[in-house]
Amino acid sequence: MIDERDQNESQRMDVFKEIGNIGAGNAATAMASVLNTEIRMETPTVQFVPFNDIVNILNGPETLVVGLLVGMSGDLNGSIMLVLEMGDAYEMARTATGQRNGPPFDPRNPALSALEQSALEELANIIVGTYLSAICTMTGLTVRPAVPQMAIDMVGAIMSIVAIEYGKIGDSVLFLKTRFTDVNKAMTGHFFLIPDFDSYHVLIRSLRLD
Amino acid sequence: MAVILVGMADLNIAQAPDTLTTLGLGSCVGIALFDTIRRIGGMAHIMLPSSGGQVGAGVNRAKFADTAIVDLLQKMGNAGAQRTALVAKLAGGAHMFGNSGGANVLRVGERNVAATLQVLEFLKIPILANDTGGNYGRTIELFTEDGRLKVRSLGKGEAFI
Repeated sequence: MIDERDQNESQRMDVFKEIGNIGAGNAATAMASVLNTEIRMETPTVQFVPFNDIVNILNGPETLVVGLLVGMSGDLNGSIMLVLEMGDAYEMARTATGQRNGPPFDPRNPALSALEQSALEELANIIVGTYLSAICTMTGLTVRPAVPQMAIDMVGAIMSIVAIEYGKIGDSVLFLKTRFTDVNKAMTGHFFLIPDFDSYHVLIRSLRLD
Repeated sequence: MAVILVGMADLNIAQAPDTLTTLGLGSCVGIALFDTIRRIGGMAHIMLPSSGGQVGAGVNRAKFADTAIVDLLQKMGNAGAQRTALVAKLAGGAHMFGNSGGANVLRVGERNVAATLQVLEFLKIPILANDTGGNYGRTIELFTEDGRLKVRSLGKGEAFI
């Protein structure tokens, strides 16, 4: 006999996956037009992952990453976090700023120029905006994204923002991972949908999963 | 000498000459307790200020400042540490992202620090060092030989507090 609660949980995961798919598909199209190149996006993997496993997925808590945090308000409050490994962030920024034939990424000197940083913020805007509009279409909710905030630091420190919010309801976080591929490179993006405590239930209810 | 790793929402103890470390603290707070006579160390990596007194079965008590400190004291006590010989050092509680619509989650670093200080003051454990706040991540390591706490951050390098 299948446990009814397990069945509800797996149904919720299916819906989160579907949201992830639709959002990711739209985001790929939007990115392709900005980057002026063909972008393909793999179907995201969606799972609840324990706090400590998240940072290990991203090569350990001290790994240098770019975190882009976009607040959301309206029927859902909270944030979306986009985490990029430094090399991938560099590739995306270079593609977006038309520096495709520049020097390769040097991990010993992982700086991003002001132009590259604002290009990444703009990409976060597009990705999160299309992702949120997919959620709104599916649920009939209204959600407005805020201006992206960027931090470049240890992934453990960046992810503490995500873990803390999920920490109020459990010991794991909802994790969506996808790969963007342009003509010759693959770049990995990690997304975290971070509804606040009340909004999590609003989302579940609006998807008729309660 | 072993290096004992404390994860997120986790706590552990060590005796000299072993060290305790927790990596990549952001808005979380790393709490290091040290028995200066028996050289027993304890470390907790807390995420939230308060359990609100509602910690049921299956809830990770190491997640909250109040319950984590109590559990850490008990564990250190079981290992022979005396409350009167304890000192505390803390690090973390950063504000990782700028002002983003004033979402409450972004102020949680400050609230974690305030709650930790309050619990330690209530328990009359002297706070010898407090490297908290700012907008950057920290890794800490407690040396149980002498109670020094090493704080490392990207860009700012290493310092002992």
